[in-house]
Parts: sequence; C-alpha cells; structure tokens
Amino acid sequence: MDLFEYQGKQLFAAHGIPVPSGEVAETPAAAKGAAEGIDGPVVVKAQVQVGGRGKAGGIKLAANPEEAHDRASEILGMDIKGHTVNTVWIESASEIEKEYYASVTLDRGEKKPLVMLSAVGGVDIEEVAASQPEKLARLHVDPLVGLQPHDARWLTFTAGIDPEAMKGVVAILEKLYAAFVATDASLLEINPLILTKGGDVIALDAKVTIDNNALYRHPDIAELQHSVTTDPQERMAHEKGVTYVKLDGDVGILGNGAGLVMSTLDVVALAGGRPANFLDAGGGSKAEEVEAALDVLLSDPKVNALLVNIFGGITRCDEVAQGMITALDRIGATLPIVVRLDGTNQAEGLELLSQKAPSNVVVEQTMLSAAERVVGLAKEVQSA
Amino acid sequence: MSILVDESTRLVVQGITGREGAFHATRNKAYGTQVVAGVTPGKAGQDVEGIPVFNTVRDAVEQTDANTAMVFVPPRFATDALYEAIDSGVELIACITEGIPAHDMLRVYTHLKRGQQVLVGPNCPGVISPGKATVGIMPTEVFTPGRVGLVSRSGTLTYQISKELADMGIGQSTVVGIGGDPIVGSSFIDVLERFEADPETDLVVMVGEIGGAEEEKAADFIAANMSTPVVAYIAGFEAPPGKQMGHAGAIITGSSGTAQGKKEALEARGVKVGTNPTEVAEIVRGMV
Repeated sequence: MDLFEYQGKQLFAAHGIPVPSGEVAETPAAAKGAAEGIDGPVVVKAQVQVGGRGKAGGIKLAANPEEAHDRASEILGMDIKGHTVNTVWIESASEIEKEYYASVTLDRGEKKPLVMLSAVGGVDIEEVAASQPEKLARLHVDPLVGLQPHDARWLTFTAGIDPEAMKGVVAILEKLYAAFVATDASLLEINPLILTKGGDVIALDAKVTIDNNALYRHPDIAELQHSVTTDPQERMAHEKGVTYVKLDGDVGILGNGAGLVMSTLDVVALAGGRPANFLDAGGGSKAEEVEAALDVLLSDPKVNALLVNIFGGITRCDEVAQGMITALDRIGATLPIVVRLDGTNQAEGLELLSQKAPSNVVVEQTMLSAAERVVGLAKEVQSA
Repeated sequence: MSILVDESTRLVVQGITGREGAFHATRNKAYGTQVVAGVTPGKAGQDVEGIPVFNTVRDAVEQTDANTAMVFVPPRFATDALYEAIDSGVELIACITEGIPAHDMLRVYTHLKRGQQVLVGPNCPGVISPGKATVGIMPTEVFTPGRVGLVSRSGTLTYQISKELADMGIGQSTVVGIGGDPIVGSSFIDVLERFEADPETDLVVMVGEIGGAEEEKAADFIAANMSTPVVAYIAGFEAPPGKQMGHAGAIITGSSGTAQGKKEALEARGVKVGTNPTEVAEIVRGMV
C-alpha cells in the first residue's frame, strides 16, 4: 500500500524524522487557511501517487495566503499522468542549501533491508545509480541486528555528506530504519533530504510503501486505504476482499492465482485485445468469491466482454460455475462471457454451465482459444 | 532420482487439525507421502486419519524421525511455526501459508540454518516428485512421472504448464513452487542448482513473473553453471509499472523487474522463452 506524501510525512513526524510543518487542503479556501497558519511563504503540493509532479506543474510556491489560494485552485482538479488531484499539501517553504537522498528498502535478492544514501539528491536516483554508482552509498543490514550508529556514520562518510549535515543525517538514518521496521514498510524514501540554510536536516518529500500482509498489525495505517483508493471498482474490490487492479482495456478478466491471471492478460493482449483489469479470485476460490469478483467486473462500464479462466486445483470448477450462475442470475448481465475451466471437477463445472448459464456464456477448451474468442466478441460489442 | 522430496521424505504437518491442514495432510498421505506426524499445541495424543498429533515439532521429530515440515498455520502464527520448524532441525520446510509479513520473513530467513536446511515458500503450493511423494497443495492428477523439472513462482500457472506437458506425454521429475512473495526461502538459482545435480532431470522449465531480479540472476547462473537445458516462461507483460498484481512479489519497481527485461536477459543467455504456456510445452517437446 502506497501512501500519499502528506501521509508519509505524518508517519515520518510520528517517528521523529523532521519534516516541514504543513496541512492538507481539499479546497482553495482551505489552502488559504492552512497558509495563514504557517509563518512565511508556503509550497502548494499536489497529492498524487505518481512521479514528476513538479515538472507537470503540480508543485508551486506561494508568498502569502492569497497566493496559496490561487495556486491551490490551479492545482486542484489537475490531471497528472492520469491521476486527478483531489488534495494539496500546504507546507512551510524551505530554504535549501543542499539536497541529498536517503532510503530503506527490502532487497529481495539479498533478503535483507538495504539502506541507501547519496549526497546527490532531488534527482532521479536510478539515473545516479546507473551513471555514478560511486555516489550512492549502500549498506545491507542484518535484520536480527538492525542498523547500528556506526553503520549510519559509515553511510554518511561514504556518501560524502557535508560535515555540517553529518549529525542530522546520521540521526535521520537511524530513525528512518527504526520506522521501516516499526511500520513494516517495504520502502521509505526521502528525496530530497535537505540541509537548510539554517543548518537543519529535514525530509522534504516522503515516499512510503507498507507491506499489505502486515496491515493487520497497523490498523492506523490500514485505515488510510480508503483515502488512497479512489477508483470505484478498486474500492469495491477492496471492500469485498478481491485482488483487483484496473487497466485501460475493455476485456474483463477473472482468473485464479496471480501467475495464471497475469498470463491470461498477456495471452489476451497477444490475441489483439486489451485487458480491462487484473482480478485474482484466489488460489482456493469458492462460489462466493467468484460472485464477488463478478460484481466488481460487471460494475465497470468499460468492460465489453469477459473472460473467466480457471485452473482448478484447490479451486473446484463446479464451485466457480455455481458462483457465476448465481451472480449472473442476480445481476442479469448480457455482455458476452467466455469461460475456460480446467482441472478439479471440470466436467461437473461445464455440466452446470450448460444446464443453467444464460446464453451469453460460451465455453472454450483452451486458454488460447478462449482468449481469441473473447477478443473477437469484445470487438463485435465495440463496433455494434 | 528427484529433488527435495521423495520416498525418504518423512513429513510433519504443522497446523494439522485445522480444516486446510487436515485436508491436505490426508491428501498428501493418500498420494503415498510418508506423513508421520502432525503438530497442534495442546492436542498431543489425538490423530488425524491415523496421523499422530504432537504438541511440538521437536516431540514429533524425536518420536517419528520426521525430516520435513509443512507449515499450514495462519499468517499471524506462521512466523512462530517457522522458527519452531527451523529449531527442530528438519532438513526441508515447505511453508504454504499466504500473507506472512515480509519483515517476519527477513528474520526467519536469517535464522534458517542455510546449508543444512532448505525453506520453500512461503505462499507456495509445495513440492511434488510425481509417483514418489507430494508435500503441499498441488492437484496431483495434473502431474506424471518423467524427466522434466519445473520451478515456478506461481501455483496455478504451474498446473497449467504441467497439464500442457502431460497432454504431450511429458512427465516431471520434481515440481517446485517457490512462492510469490518478495522474500522466499528458495530462489530460482537454489532450485536450478539441485536440478543440475539430478541425473534424472533432463530439462528444466522455469516459470517466472514480474518483480525482483531473480529471473535475471538465474539467467546468469544458467549460462555459467548449467549443462541441463532450461526453457522459461514469464508472466506479466501487460502489468503496468508500480501496480501490485496479487502476488506480493509481483510488483514492478523502476526499470528492473519487467517481463520484457527478464525475457531479454534469459534469451541473451540462450534460454528459450515461450510466449504462452502452450508454446512453452511445445518448445519442451521439441527438446526432449
């Protein structure tokens, strides 16, 4: 789960990492009010989960509350790479002396946390890692030992952090690592981490990803899910406990198991279609899960045809068929639905469909033929 | 031969009295696996379909010589179950549980006695050596004994490809589901190394997906260390960057980890990559 910048900064502040003081606003008037509570000029920052906000005009300086109002009215409602700006973050403008970079991530290959620090910040860090690898200090941490103060010092010396910022950077690295562990984060990134003209080291940005598997022990963070999910289908899927990601095509996809569903998207694309979504009904899908999944898919007006691709293992094909029949009876959808069932109880599932499914449900024997069929049907619907 | 599980496997099932645990322990036993014990704290003395239940993994190992543990414990308690399995000294641990926090797995992996113990999973379907033994939740009817090894991050995709192979009359030596989480006990390379050393595996199918860099590392390993040919499949070409695709591991971060990048890395080192599960099976048929 990815947090917005302002949520990340609030999380940082709660773990003792210095951030500029600020407030959230959803209207220009609220932005003005927020700016009135802050001494001096402010920055108005679009809250969207996509990079390149600054270049897109989503971050603007305001000298006074009136300007904050005007800048917020320009930014609110803006579309940044497909993300609509619904919220702005108003924060005290910082006088930047130097920009650094700091992060903690999970290194999947090494199976250890990885702390990275660079004296080159405020830029695309992947670019720095590729072109000037010596400018990025990296340290893997033994998860049973944790980041020790000498580790943090080693990182700052190796990265070439300015002497006047050393103490502040070391303190922030220690707190950042502690926050990483305490919040079950997969990523905590500060870019830029700045040294101000006044000599303070503060986090000017916050990129935070929390492990979904650990949200059960962070109810305060889990609560933020609602605010970060704005798409109606994604929100509905989350409420129903269905793993769903919206894509931009018109062929709805329902499958079981993440790998098989990803493979299904690929096969549909190879057949010339465009998947409307990723939906994994789960490795052990039962009738109720299939019903919930169809509720989500059929609520999306962009879906012209649907492909149900199931390989029964723990999942039983007859359960899937039953879920489909119940859902279609209730919803009464008329769009074409192509079904491919294989594995456990395939014969029973197909029998159920042939007896009880409406006529818009057609069966194909293989994944490839099912993909071709559904792409053809989606095109017919689109041109009709 | 085969790898990881065979006739000598003596399995203890942690969480055996739960609904899923009991169901799959019984199925593993019915397939021919020696399921020698189950563990549920406080339920020692009971049995599940004739499988004796113990309070601790240590008791089970001492009294039944179990050498393999399967973890079926819900995610909130699975970390503890994994530590318990590690400390009992079993050689192989297969963790089926889905939803274990990654930070817990960092600590578990660090505690694992690597070199003496192998952890497969979590969030995996287990391991099967067709005709010999199965440890996990794989639908056994999909697999037939043969000489092709298979290692995969995805369960249902494993079944799909195995079925396509079976339709062509090609069986498997061992099938290993390494799991879809970011932090897993065994990587592709760990399993490929074992297949390379197995005289009864003539070819390996590697099924990867977006996220991480393990497929790319495996490509280097294959080029440098393997005489056994490898055929690969990668899922997730249509996955947009930054979106999590169900498996916690299947997320693209930055430029590395894309399906296209993985395919190119593998092909650059001479590994054939099928564009769909059927084509993978066809490539294999042409090579065995």
